[in-house]
Amino acid sequence: MKILVPVKRVVDYNVRIQVKSDNSGVNLDGVKMSVNPFDEIAVEEALRIKERGEAEEVIAVTIGDSAAQEQLRTVLAMGCDRAILVEAPSDLEPLAVAKTLKALVEKEDAQLVIAGKQAIDDDSGQVAQMLAALLSCAQATFASKIELAGDSAKVTREVDAGLETIEVDLPAVVSADLRLNEPRYVKLPDIMKAKRKPIDTLSLAELGVDGTNQLTVSNWSAPSAREPGIKVEDVAGLVGKLKEKGLL
Amino acid sequence: MAKVLVIGEQADGKLNDAIAKVVNCAQAIGEVDVAIFAKGGDGVAAEAAKISGVNKVLLVENDVNEHALAASLAPQIVALAAEYTHILGSSSTVGRDVMPRVAALLDVAQVTDIMSVEGEYSFKRPVYAGNAIVNVDVPNDKKLVGTVRVASFKAADQGGSAAVESVNVDAEIPTHTRFVSTETSGGDRPDLQSAKVVVSGGRGVGSEENFAVIYSLADKLGAGVGASRAAVDSGFAPSDLQVGQTGKIIAPELYFAVGISGAIQHLAGIKDAGTIVAINKDADAPIFEVADIGLVGDLFSVLPELEAALG
Ligand SMILES: Cc1cc2nc3c(=O)[nH]c(=O)nc-3n(C[C@H](O)[C@H](O)[C@H](O)COP(=O)(O)OP(=O)(O)OC[C@H]3O[C@@H](n4cnc5c(N)ncnc54)[C@H](O)[C@@H]3O)c2cc1C
Repeated sequence: MKILVPVKRVVDYNVRIQVKSDNSGVNLDGVKMSVNPFDEIAVEEALRIKERGEAEEVIAVTIGDSAAQEQLRTVLAMGCDRAILVEAPSDLEPLAVAKTLKALVEKEDAQLVIAGKQAIDDDSGQVAQMLAALLSCAQATFASKIELAGDSAKVTREVDAGLETIEVDLPAVVSADLRLNEPRYVKLPDIMKAKRKPIDTLSLAELGVDGTNQLTVSNWSAPSAREPGIKVEDVAGLVGKLKEKGLL
Repeated sequence: MAKVLVIGEQADGKLNDAIAKVVNCAQAIGEVDVAIFAKGGDGVAAEAAKISGVNKVLLVENDVNEHALAASLAPQIVALAAEYTHILGSSSTVGRDVMPRVAALLDVAQVTDIMSVEGEYSFKRPVYAGNAIVNVDVPNDKKLVGTVRVASFKAADQGGSAAVESVNVDAEIPTHTRFVSTETSGGDRPDLQSAKVVVSGGRGVGSEENFAVIYSLADKLGAGVGASRAAVDSGFAPSDLQVGQTGKIIAPELYFAVGISGAIQHLAGIKDAGTIVAINKDADAPIFEVADIGLVGDLFSVLPELEAALG
């Protein structure tokens, strides 16, 4: 079985982003870029499945500009067998990303796709579900546990009410939540080894995907700031303030 | 005129409180119908019919609708879509699971987390954990599929009396996805997402046993309980209590952050809180930059004292 894992290059989660003064986007100059944290969890899960002998190959895919090769090298160092870069504008919409992945799933005959549940830049959270729809296959979003059993999988999902377990037939698309696993640290020898692993480059046109966006995103702004707060000395001060505000 | 179909979520025969907020958002766009997918859904449909401003409630009864599985719901929603210009779900885990599947089946883009309606086909939404807000314009010749960030909207009033119409949908329901079980942490505390007051604990609370101090203060205040990711990851609290970018986005009138440092991912969940109180022993913790009222101190002495002061 082959597992396909889409990974996205995003601004590192520790960075406090700044909106550009001309409202055209956020400032990316000199900002640290990383693998989307949820995708790292997805990669880790795919590798663990392979290490248990339940998959033969883990293929990482990124859809974006060529700078994203850096993130592919990171996940190759984690242990992915090979990687594919599909060259596309880095703001390609989730629907077009899902169409691209569909073409790759079919080309590679992957039985399982594990994706991050959302990318921490646009916070859209759509790709896994859209891909499952396009493939007419099962989806299991927000996964905190995946147990494979032959040609089906039991997936525990983090939902608003608690935990939900569903069973899905393969092929399936699973989206990873935070508590699925803790990704491994990459060791230096692995980074060296990863340099020799193959990265194929494809274009959207080669996969027959129309990369035109439907949505127009504009007018970036910072959220309205909260009024500056105060510090109180002790519990009596806190209770007094809360009473003053009519909250107690 | 725009016609909006709101996807009404239910669990155990009760309509999700979020739906009245989605209806409020939808009313700013056009005429609103609500669809209920259930197994025996008369009660839920009646609840939806009472939301003021709802034109009509469509009740789709089917045994598979007992549990909200995206793979089963999406084709049924698509079967109802023809008459509507907009299809909206909530930002709950059900909405976030099913709506992108609906959008892809309709071959349209989705707008996630609508926080305000600027026009029939123009919206604002947050990105980067709410650290930037963008305008999203959608082509008006396509159906709009979206999820509504419920923390940004008040619930529509009660007092409506919409007609309930039972409908049969012509949809092929796949068999590749089966419900197995749910496990809820339950309890009688107010629901985190609708509670007026929320007390959240972080890594500073130290252990699952120590989390009793959080529950105890919450009970005194009649509050819901939340947690940071670090507290959930460490096993102090169940996952459904996580507040933040990737947990629940909440808008209580009063929020207590106890032993929480204030990472941007946590703050993303409380941007709409009325008053934020921070209790942390580190005077330099970033939570104090956003707190309305900050108290530097050890939570294990502050919380019992606070409870005592509340009488
Ligand atoms: C992709 C991604 C998504 C994330 N999503 C979320 C999310 O949705 N929600 C979320 O919360 N986090 C999220 N995080 C994690 C986030 O970055 C922080 O790691 C997390 O919020 C920290 O939790 P904390 O404040 O409880 O722990 P810490 O940062 O460790 O802070 C503990 C605080 O407790 C204080 N403290 C310790 N002892 C005491 C005491 N006795 N009395 C008073 N104060 C004390 C300390 O001074 C410290 O400020 C996410 C991270 C990533 C990468």
